[in-house]
Amino acid sequence: MTTTDSDLAPHLKRDYKEGFITDIDSETLPPGLDEDVIRFISNKKNEPEWMLEWRLDGFRRWQEMTPPEWAHLHHPPVNFQEISYFSAPKQKPLLDSLDEVDPKLLETYEKLGIPIDEQKMLAGVKVAVDAVFDSVSVATTFKKTLLEAGVIFCPISEALQEYPELVKQYLGSVVPATDNYYAALNSAVFSDGSFVFIPQGVRCPMELSTYFRINEMNTGQFERTLIVAEDDSYVSYLEGCTAPMRDENQLHAAVVELVAMKGAEIKYSTVQNWYPGDENGKGGIYNFVTKRGACRGQGAKISWTQVETGSAITWKYPSVLLEGDDSVGEFYSVALTNNYQQADTGTKMIHIGKNSKSTIISKGISAGRGQNAYRGLVKILKGAENARNYSQCDSLLMGDKCGAHTFPYMEVKNPSAVVEHEATTSRIGEDQLFYCRQRGMSEEDAVSMIVNGFCKEVFKELPMEFAVEAQKLLGISLEGSVG
Amino acid sequence: MLSINNLHANIEGKKILNGINLEVGTGEVHAIMGPNGSGKSTLASVLAGRDNYEVTEGSITYRDQDLMEMDPEIRAREGVFLAFQYPVEIPGVTNMYLLKAAINAVKKHRGLDELDAREFLKLIKEKAAMVEMKQEFLYRSVNEGFSGGEKKRNEILQMALLEPYLSILDETDSGLDIDALKIVAKGVNLIRSQERSMILVTHYQRLLDYIVPDYVHVLAGGKIIRSGGKELALELEEKGYGWIDELAAA
Repeated sequence: MTTTDSDLAPHLKRDYKEGFITDIDSETLPPGLDEDVIRFISNKKNEPEWMLEWRLDGFRRWQEMTPPEWAHLHHPPVNFQEISYFSAPKQKPLLDSLDEVDPKLLETYEKLGIPIDEQKMLAGVKVAVDAVFDSVSVATTFKKTLLEAGVIFCPISEALQEYPELVKQYLGSVVPATDNYYAALNSAVFSDGSFVFIPQGVRCPMELSTYFRINEMNTGQFERTLIVAEDDSYVSYLEGCTAPMRDENQLHAAVVELVAMKGAEIKYSTVQNWYPGDENGKGGIYNFVTKRGACRGQGAKISWTQVETGSAITWKYPSVLLEGDDSVGEFYSVALTNNYQQADTGTKMIHIGKNSKSTIISKGISAGRGQNAYRGLVKILKGAENARNYSQCDSLLMGDKCGAHTFPYMEVKNPSAVVEHEATTSRIGEDQLFYCRQRGMSEEDAVSMIVNGFCKEVFKELPMEFAVEAQKLLGISLEGSVG
Repeated sequence: MLSINNLHANIEGKKILNGINLEVGTGEVHAIMGPNGSGKSTLASVLAGRDNYEVTEGSITYRDQDLMEMDPEIRAREGVFLAFQYPVEIPGVTNMYLLKAAINAVKKHRGLDELDAREFLKLIKEKAAMVEMKQEFLYRSVNEGFSGGEKKRNEILQMALLEPYLSILDETDSGLDIDALKIVAKGVNLIRSQERSMILVTHYQRLLDYIVPDYVHVLAGGKIIRSGGKELALELEEKGYGWIDELAAA
């Protein structure tokens, strides 16, 4: 037996409390995209010549490409000439002191619960934050503390000034400008993002995090993040994002590149909460993101964990190139689509090194008229002796108007490989709900508990504070200290 | 405790209950027996408030309140407990979590302090010992991978924890071997008291060897066609359900 939409509807409504607009004076480029826009952005950021050339090359390639159409997504074509490619709050803060930051921005982050004031942070839960507002980074915390440990954590625009050689060495080395339509666009127009460098043997002393906020109307956000972990180093990185509620769709096309050298480990966690549009499918962010990591050395490990609750459209496949022998790739994902949201998300695990191992755990939750697709590729190349993959894709349907789809692809070129795939689809049944209610729980609490249980394997991979936020986001009351 | 008056109920337009009258006094244990399809489980579901049944006529009074006016969770918090015939599995949710949420929902409703983690742990260990349930089951997902007997024992554990005023055991004996049946019965007998009432819904007399009822009712065609003491169950066992048809026809 299954529940109908009308039973569940009251429990699926959620207010998007991050939907406010910050009234701030901005410098915003008029909509449109041509080489002059790219020159403007590059000039604005005082970039070296090679960077401008790299951008222009990306732009020219992009012009020759067409948007991908293979995803299980339906939306009107994006008019790239209607978007503004640069918007920044007028008062450019001095990056060393928060006193210089516009109080309206501080207030914005306070409202969002993002700690950008080092003094106000509680002892013991230190997280360094890079706050990106529209096209620019407005504050980065704990930079000094991190530098003492040898860790570089700064806006990528700043890294291009301070460490141009490092950026040049790694930028585009995992996701080349020509990789795909949206990556090419990002390469041309990216405005800011975070740069992280962990030197050999260093365990990053705190969690690093970037918080992305789109504020301006008709503005796209194109950030670029680059994380490099040298031999035997470790870093855990968190990414969060929100946007105001607007009736127009807004474009977010990011690129994230991770490089893990021999014995290094990068843990990358995302809680994606872009504005999803209203209950009739009006507005919301189009989220076209390319995320990829390369395990460049022996025993390197890259772990992606994502909780995708926002956006009108999500097109995102955080992947791992397992180049090193004994390297490890992991992908843990919860994707929730409600109302008219659509998600086509998954991963690619490319096994190149011997004994490389990958794990994929994907949990899709569909409610309302939401459409949720898992799309994953496991590729074992000829030289990947004894490669192992385990994939598990579970879908949970709530109501009778939503959809779940699974597209697992496998290419195995080495006979010693072991590739396992399991998939399940279930519904929140009337039986489960009635059982919980018969034990005294409200229907709302029962739905939360069941969904939370479904996502447990993924939530346990998130850093503590993030796991809490993720559970709240899914409308879930926190599990007690027992159990 | 419970007063059922001329209860009629349908499922998807089909008449299942056809004028049930039943009085259950405080501290009494009533067994409801009958062949498959006689409406036994429907009666249990209607009492617990399952919403795919439509009550077309009659009334149910529970502790001086109109039971039909209450949502299922309110009935539960007011002390109505249903031990399910087929307990559901809830992957990823530990038994412990469900049990704690359940008891605290009841406590909150009654204006009592909710149990903290330590108090709850102490209590649940005590109750688990009562139904001879290994503690590892507390930390596993609700009913997931439990055997039939373990699932039923888990129901009795919940009943022991929640201390309901009115317990309805829906075919709790089905699918149990004799050892599991004895453990379940022992648990039920420990919970049995002067303040609590029970309704045992069962197909077989076997359960009633271990949980001795005060009254036995025979249900057929959605009606109670005969009531008596515990000896009625033995008579039924001896004569078989064919006898019921004769009674119903008479």
